[in-house]
Amino acid sequence: MNGKVRHPAIWTVFFSLVSLLWIFPIALVVVNAFKQRSYITHDTFALPTGELFAGFDNFNRGIEQTDFLSSFTWTVVVTIGSVLLILLCTSMCAWWIVRVHNWAAKILYLLFLSNMAVPFQLVMFTLSKLSDTLGLNSPWGLWIVYLGFGAGLAVFMFTGVVKGIPVELEESAMIDGASVPRIFFGIVVPIMRPSIISVAILEAMWIWNDFLLPYLTLDLRRFRTLSVAIQQLKGSFGSVDMGAMMACLVLAIIPIVVFYLICQKYIIKGVLAGAVKG
Amino acid sequence: MLSMAGKSVRKWWALFALPTFAAFVIGFLVPFVMSIILSFCRFATVTDAKFIGIHNYAAALSDPEFWHALIFTVAFTVVTTLIINILGFAVAYLLTTNIRGANIFRSVFFMPNLIGGIILGYIWMLLLNGILAHWGRSITYSGVYGFWGLVILYCWQQIGYMMIIYISGLQSLPGDVIEAAQVDGANGRQTLFHITIPLMMPSITVCTFLTVTNGFKLFDQNLALTNGAPSNSSEMLALNIYRTFYGRPGFEGVGQAKAVIFFVIVAAIAIIQNRLTTSKEVTA
Repeated sequence: MNGKVRHPAIWTVFFSLVSLLWIFPIALVVVNAFKQRSYITHDTFALPTGELFAGFDNFNRGIEQTDFLSSFTWTVVVTIGSVLLILLCTSMCAWWIVRVHNWAAKILYLLFLSNMAVPFQLVMFTLSKLSDTLGLNSPWGLWIVYLGFGAGLAVFMFTGVVKGIPVELEESAMIDGASVPRIFFGIVVPIMRPSIISVAILEAMWIWNDFLLPYLTLDLRRFRTLSVAIQQLKGSFGSVDMGAMMACLVLAIIPIVVFYLICQKYIIKGVLAGAVKG
Repeated sequence: MLSMAGKSVRKWWALFALPTFAAFVIGFLVPFVMSIILSFCRFATVTDAKFIGIHNYAAALSDPEFWHALIFTVAFTVVTTLIINILGFAVAYLLTTNIRGANIFRSVFFMPNLIGGIILGYIWMLLLNGILAHWGRSITYSGVYGFWGLVILYCWQQIGYMMIIYISGLQSLPGDVIEAAQVDGANGRQTLFHITIPLMMPSITVCTFLTVTNGFKLFDQNLALTNGAPSNSSEMLALNIYRTFYGRPGFEGVGQAKAVIFFVIVAAIAIIQNRLTTSKEVTA
């Protein structure tokens, strides 16, 4: 595209204002996290000065009520473990599907595709019962559940990539006597690297923020993820400690923003890769 | 017809294909089949299921709250799909011209996508309730408030996401076609509507598809922002299904039937929309 807009400076001012508006909801949460909780609902837009200022009281209460450190740790364990397992297993499976390409491989591929159109609410009850029965109600059990329920998108994206890799490379390595796992990990994986990063980002964004699956599947007396802990702050009835809630929101957003600032390039690539076919 | 690589790889199925497939059976196939079967049964746990035919479906379809949630969800999807795609495209179009600071604006608009739905819901509950407090009201004042609250939240979240896809589409447009149009004397508006937008149809297809399906399946934001209040009037389909299941003892079968109907609608949207919009695509 070209620079045909007549007043770029005016647009810069315009978008600066819109950007401030865009950040405002998050900034408001940060401001209110430092406010005495009784003022949050009625003086939402007041600055936390004077008698409104609560210091880190809200944070202390929030961390205690949500058992923040443990929920945070379990979210990390669930996310990293699931993503690594998904990357390893689905990339291998996608390669197998493309290279073998017989009826079994085709059926397998169609099954994985069908998974992408299914909303979680359809299987929430049976999946949570089944994972309970099989003892998968722990963070490491969730690795398997996420591999199973999240396989569709990853297999779909990886098969697309493998189809573009010329088979001759692998065949000449085979003639040289390399074993199949060696060919996959030595030749195919390095070529797939960019798409592996994209899939990792997409799956990580989903699993980190997921609420219903861990809420229904995990043994909540022992393990909770951040989304679950924050939702439980509200409870089913009664009033919410808005101060603790605001503090927890801030604490939950900080790691996401840090991750975004570091990996922005990869995140945007991941989003684009995931959007290729919806 | 198998390639040489195919023949040797095939023998390795137990290592390469089986782990994913086994997890897929546990995490998807078995629950999926069981869910369909259970939608024809009365049950409270899986083991006490009794076949009762289409009774659950009849009950689901005669539940006025289910219809309310369905209409609410359809209206929500239509409104958000229009707003998100028009604004997402407009922002992308402007940001691909030489505006100073475009990269920063892009980063800011995209950021809400990384934050989970539950957290987004509570962020907006604070802001919207803070504003509505001036009139002594809150986001749960009526279903209409909840509707527009959810629309604002979801647009704020999704505009940046679609913007990223549109920017990528705009940047890969063939520059010579647009230049040729300008040489031929087309003005900015003509170029936009007669050249750029038709060439952007693949991106528009993808973005519309994403907004429609994701909007239709919205759950976390709904749960956190209004939780259906007041009296289920701001309840979307996914939340209605969830609350039929876990909020009304004895209605598990009805909830399961609703979930199957929900799935059929989502799958149908995906198929219909892909057919409709891909036929309008133009290649340069």
